[in-house]
Amino acid sequence: MNSDTILEIKNLRVIYQTDLETVEAINGIDLKISKGKTLGLVGETGAGKTTTALSIMRLLPERVGKVLSGEINFAGHELLNLSPLEMRKVRGDKIAMVFQDPMTSLNPVMTVGEQIAEAIILHNPDLRAEEVEKRVENSLSMVGIMPSRKNEYSHQFSGGMKQRVVIAMAIVCEPELLIADEPTTALDVTIQAQVLMMIRELRDRLGTSMLMITHDLGIVAKICDEVAVMYAGEIIESGTVFDIFTSKRRHPYTQGLFDSIPSLDARTARLKPIQGLMPDPSDLPKGCYFSPRCKHCMEICTKQHPERVTEGTHTLLCHLYSSLSTEQKPKEED
Amino acid sequence: MENAVSQTVSQIPEKIVFKKQSQAKEVWRRYKKNKGAMIGLVLLSFILVMLAGANFIVPYSAATKGVFSQINQLPSAAHIFGTDSYGRDVFARVLYGGRTSLLVAILATISSCVIGSTLGAISGYFGGKVDSIIMRSLDIFMSIPDILFTMAVVFALGANFENLLIALTLAYFTNYVRLVRSQVLNLAEQDYVEAAKAGGAGSARIIISHILPNAMGVIIINTTLNVAKIILYESTLSFLGLGMPPPTPEWGLMLSEAREFMRAAPHLLFFPTLAIVMSASSINLIGDGLRDALDPHLKS
Amino acid sequence: MYRYVINRLLFLIPTVLGVIFIIFLVMSITPGDPARVLLGDAASQVQVDALNHQLGYDLPFLEKYGHYVYKAVVEQDFGVSYFTKQSVFEEVWPRYKVTMGLAFIGVILSSLIGIPFGIYTAVRQYSLWDTIPSLLAFFAASIPSFVLGMLLLYLFSLKLNWFPSYGIESFTSYIMPALAVAIPPAAMNLRFTKSSMLESIRQDYIRTARAKGASESTVIWKHALKNALLPVVTNVGMSLGNLICGAVVAEKLFSIPGIGSLIVDRITYKDEPVIIAGTILISVCFTVVMLIVDLIYAYIDPRIRAKYARVRG
Repeated sequence: MNSDTILEIKNLRVIYQTDLETVEAINGIDLKISKGKTLGLVGETGAGKTTTALSIMRLLPERVGKVLSGEINFAGHELLNLSPLEMRKVRGDKIAMVFQDPMTSLNPVMTVGEQIAEAIILHNPDLRAEEVEKRVENSLSMVGIMPSRKNEYSHQFSGGMKQRVVIAMAIVCEPELLIADEPTTALDVTIQAQVLMMIRELRDRLGTSMLMITHDLGIVAKICDEVAVMYAGEIIESGTVFDIFTSKRRHPYTQGLFDSIPSLDARTARLKPIQGLMPDPSDLPKGCYFSPRCKHCMEICTKQHPERVTEGTHTLLCHLYSSLSTEQKPKEED
Repeated sequence: MENAVSQTVSQIPEKIVFKKQSQAKEVWRRYKKNKGAMIGLVLLSFILVMLAGANFIVPYSAATKGVFSQINQLPSAAHIFGTDSYGRDVFARVLYGGRTSLLVAILATISSCVIGSTLGAISGYFGGKVDSIIMRSLDIFMSIPDILFTMAVVFALGANFENLLIALTLAYFTNYVRLVRSQVLNLAEQDYVEAAKAGGAGSARIIISHILPNAMGVIIINTTLNVAKIILYESTLSFLGLGMPPPTPEWGLMLSEAREFMRAAPHLLFFPTLAIVMSASSINLIGDGLRDALDPHLKS
Repeated sequence: MYRYVINRLLFLIPTVLGVIFIIFLVMSITPGDPARVLLGDAASQVQVDALNHQLGYDLPFLEKYGHYVYKAVVEQDFGVSYFTKQSVFEEVWPRYKVTMGLAFIGVILSSLIGIPFGIYTAVRQYSLWDTIPSLLAFFAASIPSFVLGMLLLYLFSLKLNWFPSYGIESFTSYIMPALAVAIPPAAMNLRFTKSSMLESIRQDYIRTARAKGASESTVIWKHALKNALLPVVTNVGMSLGNLICGAVVAEKLFSIPGIGSLIVDRITYKDEPVIIAGTILISVCFTVVMLIVDLIYAYIDPRIRAKYARVRG
């Protein structure tokens, strides 16, 4: 593995198996996060983004979640081969995660200071109590909360503040990789911007690599260096932010995402959502998973699964671009 | 290409309708998978059939008229459960006693459910002073332990079927008030209630057609479990002499009478116990099964 | 916090008054009158009316009520038993202590058995350690306590002759009644604790703790347990009601001179004063216990504690 890469996922397959059905959550994805960079993982709810994050952390639900195949390589270590004890040492210390809903992510009967301190003590057991307290206060002030509030309980904080506490808990051990699973989705719009800016500042200050999971392309533009678009458990498009936002070649799904953003300038009568629904992951369609909803669907799309096509840093999973020699512009249909 | 898209679009409304109709089927399917719950269902059905067909199996007189020469006989071909201290056939007494117990339990459950739920719905929906008064009164009422209150009621009214029903209803309606009230409080804030109000629906209509159906799940589970509790409580009351008066065949009474003869005639203890335990556990199994079927999250 | 305590203590008074009121109300439906009961059928109507007047029976309801409350609270005079003609208080008080003692032993025993097993079955869900205790708890919940008591009697007293089957002379004679009283609530405690634990483990903050790198045992014992035990505390308090019922039953079964059996016996003799006094005393105790439980809960749950403490800026 490249010394520039902090996390590399190869051909990961994950399923959820219950008595009733088998859900194919992740169907062979490849991901790479470079040191100090931020990768945005974009997609609708149900695409498999959170599952990816949980797989990296090895926090899939015990009896139901199964990794069928693949490699997850973090800073030279194969995470899937680590023992539970070793993995625990990684969690919180080397890789930290911030979850989506701050209202329920904190333990209501412990003070926030205690919970942050726990993160420190778990990975630095020999630290003196005063030192631990100092770090707790430090992390709180880094996220913009008064250190004196460390003895308060989570219900005494507003939603945005709670999320800051969660972030403080995540960064207090200065992890090399921070996974943020839609950290601002549950917050008010005005608070979203604040928290996002704070995340960006912290990342710049600490040099943390980040996996930012989101469905909001605006966030991607503001904070990510590279992007991967996920659909039905696959990465259907990936590249630099520049590639994704400006390339003339786009996966129809990505195009649909961009089209569905309401524009303040243009006068349109209707919004343009992507028609249809994401396929049932326990019953995926044949061929390309996006074919039932694709405007450019061709005969081959319903029969054969597309191959990955790479052009420099930009990768696409679509039959439209299989033959790259011809410069095909995607047809605009209305 | 166009066909592919339009095909998908037209499929969607069908899919949603299909999903709603099969919600009940889904619950039943989950229920079926639960072995314990199915055993409970089978057991209860068996019990109900036996009780319903009691007249065809043994005459009622066998349960109330004793043959003096045959007292305290152990189980035999003639009396498969033996006879009691008055010479009465225990099997007959168990069967007919079951009718009484189950009947009282079901009636008491229904009446306590109706009264309690109504009170809870009113309290939750109207809030404010109404809510305060009802809840405070309930608190005071619940400060009296059930058994004492029942004793007081039985003392005042005497022990017979109707009074027993009243006493049991009064003892158990409080369960429902709190339950339904919290359901209503949760649900009354939902958007579809706002929509109904905006559409001009009156309070009663909203409670009945919008809120109660959603609270149904919890109510049904609790009601089922309460039937079992009432069966146990009712037999306890009879045991203490506060329930049905003798010589009515009734499980608690039978056990009370069995006390004296435990050493010599253990079958008098065994069979009514078996009946009570079978009834209560089958209902509990069904109640638990319903709970798991309606909220599958609890299993994982 | 103090405000909450004071608040609750103050509410105790109307509650007790309310309880006495309800009991009185129920009693007033009773057909018949005390004088008739005391004098018997032979006495003439005139004599009956005179005695009724003397007893204050023909006063309007509220006056009777107020009168009773005053005498009971201020003078601790609960009247005279219709049956034994003795002071009700003297008769009732020692038996009251016996019953309440039994009920409290039951609370402690049922908590000591039920709660740890409840936690353990939740943590070891689906294993043998879960199936067997849960199965036992299930059957204990499907058996009335008097049946359990009789089974215990049959097994340990009659067949094995280990424990005495009646009375309260020795320490050993408390064992079986205590078991009979404690086992059904223990089963309830087990099931309730188990579901509370399972619910707690499902929460998002458990996921956060795991993501921090906490070990499973830390997650369970530190994070889940604290949250799970909160409702369990309230539940234990409420189970006192069941325990009192169990105690009453145990008294009849094991011939223990408690207040439950006293009330049950006196029902046939229409001995109102005893029944009223007994019911009131038990209810008051029950109310006070519930109050203490609520206060404890308010103290240990930081969400409620903070509601009544000073709010920081």
